[in-house]
Amino acid sequence: MLDDFMVRAALAGIGVAFAAAPLGCFVVWRRMAYFGDATAHAAILGVALSLAFSMSIFVGTMTVVLLMALVVSVLSGRGYAMDTLLGVLAHSALAFGLVAVSLISGVRIDLMAYLFGDILAVSRGDLAVIWGGAALVVALIGWRWSALLTSTLNEDLAYASGINPKREQLVLTIALAITVAVAIKVVGVLLIAAMLIIPAAAARPLSRTPEGMAVAAGLIGMLSAIIGLRAAFVLDTPAGPSIVCVAAITFLATSVLRGFRHQR
Amino acid sequence: MSLIQVEDLSVSYGARTVLSRVSLHVAPGEIITIVGPNGSGKTSLLRAIIGAVKPSQGRVIQRNEVKIGYVPQKLHIDETLPITVSRFLKLPGGVTAEDINHALAQAGVPDLAKAQLSQLSGGQFQRVLLAHALIGKPDLLLLDEATQGLDQRGSASFYQQIETVRQDTGCAVLMISHELHVVMSASDRVICLNGHVCCEGTPAVVASAPEYRALFGTGTGGALALYRHDHDHDHDHGDHNHDHDNTEAPE
Repeated sequence: MLDDFMVRAALAGIGVAFAAAPLGCFVVWRRMAYFGDATAHAAILGVALSLAFSMSIFVGTMTVVLLMALVVSVLSGRGYAMDTLLGVLAHSALAFGLVAVSLISGVRIDLMAYLFGDILAVSRGDLAVIWGGAALVVALIGWRWSALLTSTLNEDLAYASGINPKREQLVLTIALAITVAVAIKVVGVLLIAAMLIIPAAAARPLSRTPEGMAVAAGLIGMLSAIIGLRAAFVLDTPAGPSIVCVAAITFLATSVLRGFRHQR
Repeated sequence: MSLIQVEDLSVSYGARTVLSRVSLHVAPGEIITIVGPNGSGKTSLLRAIIGAVKPSQGRVIQRNEVKIGYVPQKLHIDETLPITVSRFLKLPGGVTAEDINHALAQAGVPDLAKAQLSQLSGGQFQRVLLAHALIGKPDLLLLDEATQGLDQRGSASFYQQIETVRQDTGCAVLMISHELHVVMSASDRVICLNGHVCCEGTPAVVASAPEYRALFGTGTGGALALYRHDHDHDHDHGDHNHDHDNTEAPE
């Protein structure tokens, strides 16, 4: 028997997994894992700004994450390798965010809640934001699916088909910003990238088509959320990390499965 | 009327000019091969035609509703992306199962629809890319070093396939070859590019020449020919100095 807050937590986890699955596949295919990680870290600065200006956390983090993506795309190709640039920006944003949060007087906040998520404290309002954002992300990616996939395979092939790969990149960046903003409450900034990458990676050995992989990643993500929450409840462990642990164990299982298949 | 007309096209990346004032046209049904050394702007020319790079000068004019099929130079399929041949051929959309089978047959690989893209051999992969380019029933096929990574026999058979496709569909072909001395005997015209158009003309078919047979054997069915162009022609440009003799001589 689940208490009411557990139902809300499960729904929140499922919502994040739903959005993270198709987006996570593109993050994996396009080798954007570090980009996802970096933008998520930058989100803590967004949290600080939201608190300072009493905006909603969702708006604050979305803004910072989009700004960060913009700065990265402007600065890339100007003498720094992408990973250096992301490392500088992401960790600076994280550090400035942490400092800024501590400077905000009069507000006592639990920083851990933003670093690791606080899924058990999800309110009805949070649920609406999470599901609204998740639906938006899935709709956006679904709408651009073929164009995104063509651009991912080869940019020139996309141009020859009348698709502008730069615009598709922007679509992914926006989807990433929304996902980060809605996932903060559930898994926290430090583990958002895990929700993007691990279910997609775990789905890879089970799939023959891109669509199949996105669906499998979604199912794995949702199952991880439900089982992880249950485990957290039973074992009295932190909820966000428990969800990620279940996803990681699934990844291990499907990798072993692939190993067996290759042997046959 | 020409399918496409390239007028006075220049392309620069930052301060580096890779193409300067190139003009050419492609007539319906024509096969044109572009040859030139590395860095001569061959790929940039094709990328300008498909709109992937903005010209710094000049323009590319397409006849109304020209359909272009493009075979890129390299297509790396990331190990993490599962995709079957038939799913790939459906991108970006509006394709029926019948179109897929037809295009695969045209490209000479009718049985590959269910194969994973990442598990194809080099030759099969190039033909699947060709099928992808053919699926929209193009008026113009653009091929960027489509035989890269194929052995002599593989290249010859690929070129033969292109010739068959042209015969069957009547589409024009504009292709780049990195093999300076080996171009398709079916080419109507060869354009030598080195930042600018050095020269152009019909390739001499030398499939029957003893030197050629000694080099390539007879197994290529005459698909490979030695292109000799005359370098006594006068360049107006004066200041460039490229050495064709090294690259042209058959090994």
